[in-house]
Amino acid sequence: METSELDAIIARHKDRKGALLPMLHDVQHAFGCIDAQAERAIAEALNLSRAEVHGMVSFYHDFTPAHDPRPVVELCRAEACKARGVEALVPAAEAAAGERVNLKEVYCLGLCSMGPSARIHGKLYAGLDEAELVKLVRTA
Amino acid sequence: MSTVRISDDALAAALGAEELVAAFEKAGCTVERVSSWGMQWLEPLVEIDGMGFGPARPEDVAAILDGTSTKAIGLITEHPFIKGQQRLTFARAGKTRPLSLEDYQASGGWTALTRSRAMDRADVVAEVIESGLRGRGGAGFPAGIKWRTVMEAAGDEKYVVCNADEGDSGTFADRMLMEGDPFQLIEGMAIAAHAVGAGQGYIYVRSEYPHAIAKLEAAIALAHQHIAPFQLEVRVGAGAYVCGEETSLLNSLEGKRGEVRAKPPLPALEGLFGKPTVVNNVLTLAAIPHIMAEGGSGLYAQLGIDRSKGTMPIQLAGNIKHGGLYETAFGINLDRLINEIGGGTASGRPVKAVQVGGPLGAYIPPSQFHLPFDYEAYTAADALIGHGGVTVFDESADMGAMARFAFQFCAAESCGKCTPCRIGSTRGVELIDRIRTGGKVHADAVETLPQMHNARKAGRTREEELALLDDLMEAMQFGSLCALGGFTPYPVRSALKHWPEDFGE
Repeated sequence: METSELDAIIARHKDRKGALLPMLHDVQHAFGCIDAQAERAIAEALNLSRAEVHGMVSFYHDFTPAHDPRPVVELCRAEACKARGVEALVPAAEAAAGERVNLKEVYCLGLCSMGPSARIHGKLYAGLDEAELVKLVRTA
Repeated sequence: MSTVRISDDALAAALGAEELVAAFEKAGCTVERVSSWGMQWLEPLVEIDGMGFGPARPEDVAAILDGTSTKAIGLITEHPFIKGQQRLTFARAGKTRPLSLEDYQASGGWTALTRSRAMDRADVVAEVIESGLRGRGGAGFPAGIKWRTVMEAAGDEKYVVCNADEGDSGTFADRMLMEGDPFQLIEGMAIAAHAVGAGQGYIYVRSEYPHAIAKLEAAIALAHQHIAPFQLEVRVGAGAYVCGEETSLLNSLEGKRGEVRAKPPLPALEGLFGKPTVVNNVLTLAAIPHIMAEGGSGLYAQLGIDRSKGTMPIQLAGNIKHGGLYETAFGINLDRLINEIGGGTASGRPVKAVQVGGPLGAYIPPSQFHLPFDYEAYTAADALIGHGGVTVFDESADMGAMARFAFQFCAAESCGKCTPCRIGSTRGVELIDRIRTGGKVHADAVETLPQMHNARKAGRTREEELALLDDLMEAMQFGSLCALGGFTPYPVRSALKHWPEDFGE
């Protein structure tokens, strides 16, 4: 982890009210994770214990303690997408993902009238069928 | 050549709006990006001189331009889906460019803020109370009463917080409003800040809505001089559903784990950083500019039925043919919403169940589709309106599996602070699994340990398991700190009551 970049992120948010949440977002975005080294530096800067910072990292789904280099496919598995048949697509998507792609379930991307929906590298997809989803997973 | 209007809403983008825009530009057209009309089954919807075409693909461009397209739907404003609505909060939907201050001003923007700031703050609060506006986030608490509590609270530092953590499946009205008409939300917040005496506001948006976050940040920068000295900031959530609960949202904003706080103290008295705080949903705050326009509160109070006043932006979602945003006065029933307006299911099969109010809402069978959309009528029927999401399921739905999912979701999203929710949700999943397979045949390894004096040593019949489930749900409903654990029994109980055949035996 690049210390100068970490320091820059900490310095950018340090004096804001409720600084921890935006700080963690930036660290996660820059490094793909919030590891023990980052937790220590953040705790020090905000006069918190490392446990308090780690508590944030473990609580929120968006933060991860270790970097996972695999491409991520987020597939919505909430009620509205279930009503439109997402569960039937899951086995094929899992098979296409294998170990190479991190197929993550999310609860709602807000495209609820046109599911099943997914998000890959920031781009949204709706109205997916099995063939389209498998293709997206393969090319992720 | 006339201008082509295409929405820049996230749903339109997910269905290929960007590729369509490129195709029109390639054909030499000027494309204007506007907000979405909310007819989502027609997205991406193309508008040329008021005429609509959808759902449009890049290969349809030539036919649309030479007038031979089979995707023509006629005048958009005359479309039955739009014509039947009474749009107040979504009055600008489809009509204006989301980040155009010029469009906003030309359609009545900022007049309510100017008028409110010329009034005494107590009079502003009185008008909001008079309008009958209730919190649109789910709880339905009168917005004006909350504002009055904050206004009267002692302290020189107060906050206005917008809850934009729209995590309920089947809801997207907050997203559409933030992406399509961000200035209206900003104006509503500035009015709230004036009314209660707050100098700083936060919009807490879920991280699953990057389009909305970008729009809001751009809009706040543009609107800066209109709302000054009020300061407004966007804060991004981190994927926790429970942060839609107001006290856990406040903890999250403060940089803590999103754990629920016990009430009292009310956030209105001790909220963000311990200061008096207004926490309102996006739709509540976005309704304010209409209410605070000249005569607006009186008009608002005339709409709706009983104690449910004004309009509700209802979201038609799931397995529905014509899904989208339908804003109308309270009192409409599900039969009209689903069968007439929504056109039935997308799959063409009969409707089996409808979940109103998100993951914590009850499943309603077709025999109850006459229920009027009204807070009290739903409460009386053991259901809830919540944030106005209506998710339709066709006959292929397995309601036992949906009940199991309700517990599973609660277990995944529980903040862990109170026991009924944290542990009850997991025990609920196990119970439903056992009920679906006929009950527990033997006592398990822990129950047979010698030190477990009080545990029963025999298995349980399915009937005994059902009684245990009922007991568990009572503990969750009345013993949980917030609605996550407290309302999870709603979908489960309703599924058990109306579709017992989906639970085996």
